[in-house]
Amino acid sequence: MSEYILEMNNITKEFPGVIALSDVTFQVKKGEIHALVGENGAGKSTLMNVLSGIYPYGSYSGEIIFKGAECRFRNIRDSEAAGIAIIHQELALSPFMTIAENIFLGNERARNGLINWDETNKEAAALMKKVGLDEKHTTQVRNIGVGKQQLVEIAKALSKNCELLILDEPTAALNDDDSDHLLGLLQTLNKEHGLTCILISHKLHEVIKIAHSITVLRDGKTIETLDNTVPVSEGRIIKGMVGRELTDRFPKHTPNIGETGFEIRDWVVHDPLNEERVVIHNVNMYFRKGEIVGLAGLMGAGRTELAMSVFGRAYGRKISGTLIKDGKEITLNNINQAIANGIAYVTEDRKTAGLVHIQDIKRNITLANLKAITRGIVINEDEEILVGKDYRKRFDIKSTSVFQKVGNLSGGNQQKVVLSKWIFAAPDVLILDEPTRGIDVGAKYEIYKIILQLADAGKCIIMISSELPEILGITDRLYIINEGRVVGEMKTSEATQEDIMATIIRSSAGR
Amino acid sequence: MDGIKEFINRNLRQYGMIIALVIIIVFFGFVTGGRLIWPRNVSMLVRQNAYVLILAIGMMFCILTGGNVDLSVGSLVALVSAMSGLMATTLGLPSGLAILISVLTGLLAGIWQGFWIAYVRVPPFIATLSGMLVFRGINNIILNGQTLPLSGLYVTIGTGSVPDIAPNTAPDFLRIGDLLQLQNKPEYLNMTMLVTGLALSIIYVLVVIFNRNSKKKRGYEVQPLSLVIVKIISFFIVINLFSYWLAMDDGLPIMLILLAALYAIYTFIATKTIPGRHIYAMGGNIKAAELSGVNTKKMMFLVYANMGLLSGVAAVVTAGRLMAASPNVGVSFELDAIGACFIGGASAYGGVGTIWGAVVGAFIMGVMNNGMSIIGLNVFLQSVAKGLVVLLAVAFDMYSKSKSRLG
Repeated sequence: MSEYILEMNNITKEFPGVIALSDVTFQVKKGEIHALVGENGAGKSTLMNVLSGIYPYGSYSGEIIFKGAECRFRNIRDSEAAGIAIIHQELALSPFMTIAENIFLGNERARNGLINWDETNKEAAALMKKVGLDEKHTTQVRNIGVGKQQLVEIAKALSKNCELLILDEPTAALNDDDSDHLLGLLQTLNKEHGLTCILISHKLHEVIKIAHSITVLRDGKTIETLDNTVPVSEGRIIKGMVGRELTDRFPKHTPNIGETGFEIRDWVVHDPLNEERVVIHNVNMYFRKGEIVGLAGLMGAGRTELAMSVFGRAYGRKISGTLIKDGKEITLNNINQAIANGIAYVTEDRKTAGLVHIQDIKRNITLANLKAITRGIVINEDEEILVGKDYRKRFDIKSTSVFQKVGNLSGGNQQKVVLSKWIFAAPDVLILDEPTRGIDVGAKYEIYKIILQLADAGKCIIMISSELPEILGITDRLYIINEGRVVGEMKTSEATQEDIMATIIRSSAGR
Repeated sequence: MDGIKEFINRNLRQYGMIIALVIIIVFFGFVTGGRLIWPRNVSMLVRQNAYVLILAIGMMFCILTGGNVDLSVGSLVALVSAMSGLMATTLGLPSGLAILISVLTGLLAGIWQGFWIAYVRVPPFIATLSGMLVFRGINNIILNGQTLPLSGLYVTIGTGSVPDIAPNTAPDFLRIGDLLQLQNKPEYLNMTMLVTGLALSIIYVLVVIFNRNSKKKRGYEVQPLSLVIVKIISFFIVINLFSYWLAMDDGLPIMLILLAALYAIYTFIATKTIPGRHIYAMGGNIKAAELSGVNTKKMMFLVYANMGLLSGVAAVVTAGRLMAASPNVGVSFELDAIGACFIGGASAYGGVGTIWGAVVGAFIMGVMNNGMSIIGLNVFLQSVAKGLVVLLAVAFDMYSKSKSRLG
């Protein structure tokens, strides 16, 4: 038997009009953590879907050899039976069921069709211990955080006696603590139980930290497999991913800052579900034209809630405070009024709240400003096509045409469509909530360029981001938010990651 | 050539539906020994199935908002019929006024349901299930189990035709119906219908050509010329053949004018106006639509209020054709309308579907209803057949979607 537990040889997979994978070869050694990296649309998820049987045998060409035998998986059950488990980015848990029930979902501990609860609970407790999940097995999954839900998924995979575990962006939605815990767990499982892992991630520092080998995909082709037993540099990986050295991760830019365009005064917001609880405490901020202002903070600091409450009360109850735009007080009671007053909010939740996936590019772009292409009461669809083509060209949205459904675009290109939509709405104040989340390095750079263009056009840009290097790389000034309060304000040129973290920690400790 | 390919790909589902309709017409034309396509039968088919088409148009919007349906339309048709009987017969109001009040009753009922659905957030399935019981009950209270006769404008709308502008002036070479032995009125040809058909088709051709030229001039994208020519010619033939067919019977049914007007208005709303766009967007992703400034509550309200309005129209049409308001009218109309929408390509999750699809779906239902009645198929078997066709249509949709899905 060879040293490889998995060999995927010459895999080619085509979709109508697109070759997603072209002659890809991917080999994983037994007992290693193997990272799979590449830009969005490089074919990572497609490759894993081929491996796990989501794209059944026959729908691709090439061969899969697992544990020395050729495999022809027709569905996920086949691949699971062979010992391959995949954990998708979107967790597949049932929120109203308990942790134990979720662990054994589809794999119930049962005798003669009746569930054996004693065995279920006992085994669940053992698995939870193994993954370091400190909760009761009877807790409903909706009551635990994303980090712990991720652990439930891993326990679920282990319950199926898997030998090869695939994790697709496991830390994308986790904070640093939870990420560290998860990565530590993977290393433990790998070392102590010999579990082989394939890790798909955009966070290169994580990859470098825990992977033994790194395979880089680009445009549906295998570029190289790097040995990471001696850590390689981020730059080295990025070079493989984008096909060139990316010397600067952020575009060069000289800001041209004008007068104050937008102000938030004495802003207080209460929890929509629990009116007693105050989510945003008396926030005061100002934003100048042509200036990019970052909102830094930990996950759950209240930045999204603040932004959405400003955006026509899309979040919260009992909102009080004043909004001042161009020196005049404005009242925004609903989203329509916010848009009409030149405020735009680009959601962090691109997949579920940013786009209409079954509609095409042009329709998504015009949705927030249909009035602009309407004469009388008639929408001018020809004009719409021109608008679509204009943005497609301007932002280099990679697609077959403006008639392509956005559900078929890669993450970075979807984000360009979302940005196009809001730029077409011609706002003066643009709130960007995690605009580069889940987007690869190359596309990030293009998004930054768009943001800088907008600033140069004299718009107030408010940027929420959980990646401090990004905040430091692109903004001109930043507010630090913690627990619903503004706890600091800095010029970006004078700020460091350490300053920001220290401010956050001090503010939490001070209460 | 690429342009043509792309255009066909983009509209594949619609052509599939038309092909299905043609196959069903040919099939039933064959098994009924040609009786299905007799002019007499064609004009009857239009009148008999007008209600499906009217209700399917309204239902399409409900489904577009997110796979929601309105289960109450059959009962609402009954309620509005009863209103008609009460106003026109019991109270003796002029039939025009009675019709107005009846249609407004439908709208009011729609507003009632729209309120609960949009603003109280009662799930549409439940709110309209309630309506189904309530409206049927009110019908029975008003009519007290009796059937009331209707006359006047009701009957004109339900069964009438536009008078012949110039009887017996059709040129001889056109009178070939007799040769085919299709007519009950030998050698009759209705000039109103012929002229209307010809005029409409000429106007259509001119509008298409004019639009294409002006688009080209302003630098917009236009469909390939060869495709436009094929479209124009087939439309020209279909319209004139259809009008010739109706001309061999009693000419232009008033109901057909009503149907054409409703089709035109609602197609316009669905494709060319902001509310139409907003309904499609919310059906595709309600959260994204809300964050883009779509007032989803208002849309939901309008869609259900409109469904009530159209139910009122369908009720007047049905009562007029039956010349009576009866307690049993409208049973399972909602299912015909929902079925027509799904046969016509609506997605069960919302966001996908066209008024044109609803119309073709309604015609497929209508031809099946009519064809099965002509061959004397047992009513229960008819029901089985219709049920299976709806199932197959949606199954085909799901299958073709899973085939074309991208990563």
